[in-house]
Amino acid sequence: MAWTKKFLRVNLTDGTVASEDLNMDWADQYIGQRGLATRYLVDEIDPKCDPLGPDNKLIMTTGPLTGTMASTGGRYSVVTKSPLTGCVACSNSGGFIGAEMKMAGWDMIIFEGKSPNPVYLHIENDNAQLLSAEQLWGKSAWDTDKIIHATHNDPQTRIACVGRSAEQGCMYAAVINDLHRAAGRSGVGTVMASKNLKAVAIRGTKGVAGIKDPARFMTAVNEAKQVLADNEVTGVGLPTFGTQVLMNVINEVGAMPTRNMREVQFEGAHKISAEAMAEPREADGKPNLTTNAGCFGCTIACGRISTIAPGHFSIENKPQYMANSGGLEYEAAWALGSDTGVDDLDALTYANFVCNEDGMDPISFGATVAAAMEMFEAGVIDTSNTDGLEFKFGSAEALCKAAEMVATGDGFGKDLGLGSKRLCEKYGRPELSMTVKGQEFPAYDPRGIQGMGLTYATSNRGACHLRSYTVASEILGVPVKTDPLSTEGKADLVKAFQDATAAVDSTGLCVFTTFAWTLENFAPQLDAACDGEWTPEKLAEAGERIWNMERDFNNRAGMTAADDTLPERFFKEEANSGPAQGKTSGLKEMLPEYYQVRGWNADGSPTDETRSRLSLP
Amino acid sequence: MNITLKLYASLSEFLPAGAVENTVQIEVPERCSLNEVIDRYRVPRRLAHLVLINGHFIEESQRDGPMLKEGDALAIWPPVAGG
Repeated sequence: MAWTKKFLRVNLTDGTVASEDLNMDWADQYIGQRGLATRYLVDEIDPKCDPLGPDNKLIMTTGPLTGTMASTGGRYSVVTKSPLTGCVACSNSGGFIGAEMKMAGWDMIIFEGKSPNPVYLHIENDNAQLLSAEQLWGKSAWDTDKIIHATHNDPQTRIACVGRSAEQGCMYAAVINDLHRAAGRSGVGTVMASKNLKAVAIRGTKGVAGIKDPARFMTAVNEAKQVLADNEVTGVGLPTFGTQVLMNVINEVGAMPTRNMREVQFEGAHKISAEAMAEPREADGKPNLTTNAGCFGCTIACGRISTIAPGHFSIENKPQYMANSGGLEYEAAWALGSDTGVDDLDALTYANFVCNEDGMDPISFGATVAAAMEMFEAGVIDTSNTDGLEFKFGSAEALCKAAEMVATGDGFGKDLGLGSKRLCEKYGRPELSMTVKGQEFPAYDPRGIQGMGLTYATSNRGACHLRSYTVASEILGVPVKTDPLSTEGKADLVKAFQDATAAVDSTGLCVFTTFAWTLENFAPQLDAACDGEWTPEKLAEAGERIWNMERDFNNRAGMTAADDTLPERFFKEEANSGPAQGKTSGLKEMLPEYYQVRGWNADGSPTDETRSRLSLP
Repeated sequence: MNITLKLYASLSEFLPAGAVENTVQIEVPERCSLNEVIDRYRVPRRLAHLVLINGHFIEESQRDGPMLKEGDALAIWPPVAGG
């Protein structure tokens, strides 16, 4: 399909929906999805605007290969200014709604303003209208999905929506699509709810069109699919074990952040690993994992579908949680488990279900619970703050109850919904928040994997592992093995991953293909599908341009070089076990070199030469 | 000498009886190489991708030499990845 070259502009204040032509010069420079939507955001909003005010915009966007026969062609992103970080937010999701948007004839939807009343956008091919969401407001994402399907009497409608947590102002609310996929990080759901926008429901029946050279495209796509099939990771490992295979790996290498990132190994890691998910359980002889699942067009199928053990306390008298639903990814299991000290696989699975049901980012949620647990342990908060809950590390009961409270914004759930930075600031212990630029860390300790420290500090959306997943190189040996305990060469490594990932995130395809593909595999597919000439070099340059554009926006939003840092814990508290024992983060050695390889000034801004070379806006 | 052997993911099937949480104590000769252990449990060498001793990565080129000491933990994975 490549670009449809049309997008929808939805003015929520006026209640109008209009079609516009896509800026194809920008498509040539920024590709699509992450790059292109960010280009529009940079052009249309003041970087200093209130993220939850009407001047912020929310953009749902596909890439040129979304909806095509290219493997993993199901990705879409939600782009906005984040209320959690104050930086650009770009959250990527799979499932099916991205492809449906393309099949309806739209590359992108820009939402602006704020609706006076709750609404949802319904699209059926060329027909797009805002409809009242009065009957949906106050409902979970799952109930919203059910009601919209019933209202339009079309089970093939694809729906992206927010749950109750977003309506309650939870700062890390997600946009849930297709029931258990999510544009998870940075509070993109919070922005959506701030506009009184409850859901987007799409039905597209136009099919595939606009491929530049269909025969060459199919050849390129089939060759690329074979590469995925022949690769042990994408062909066997990911479908069989999912990302959860990493739980035992990262624990063994001593980079498993544990109990609010105080320690680097978790004694309960095995109990919440992929191997544990495959073990038949006592309650019913079945494993936690029922099957794997794939997104639109994906030949990897790394998704997890799970059940909770019958009789587990979390689902007593709750039949709505007793069926199959979206299971644990590594990041969720880490945040809900290792970081909180909880090693109860069923409790983690329950909390994960609740995060999908009401749209919360499980990474930020789990990490916020962990920060609250450390404050409870230190006596900073007590049961009078936590609605009577003994908020101790390792308490499965506290974890499960906390998920329910954040989902509805009740009691202590309101506090937990602030995110760890604001929560810890509220109680006078800001140093206990494990965040960068306000966003909670993911599942790799920077003392144990030094390149990830630089990744987190310089990520354009706050602490994030996906922006430059150097774990692939430092631990897993993809594409080449580097030493996780060394700071040498990490500036170049991080920049290379950041630029390549920015390009991949803009194509409509999934970053997990990069365990088997390089830009050499992406380019022939894009070149055959899209207008213009697409080479690996052009993709890499576009990625660098996208990175610098995001950085520039953040600088104009008020970020400075001082924000490219890590919590003091990682400089002052040495790793207490494993291969990294005795180490702290070497960020201060890596950062100046990173600025240099980036072509930035000492204050972290792109130099004039860099701006000119990349034709930055 | 006694070492701990851990085989994970699809390599779990090569574990001997008595393994708990993918882990088993085994007896190996002094100066035993990693490849000797890998071969003894019939792990296909091409699938022994991530090989760690006490959490430290061991290069493929070192697998024929005597790397193990009493009490070491040898952990092996096939090619794996995640996010």
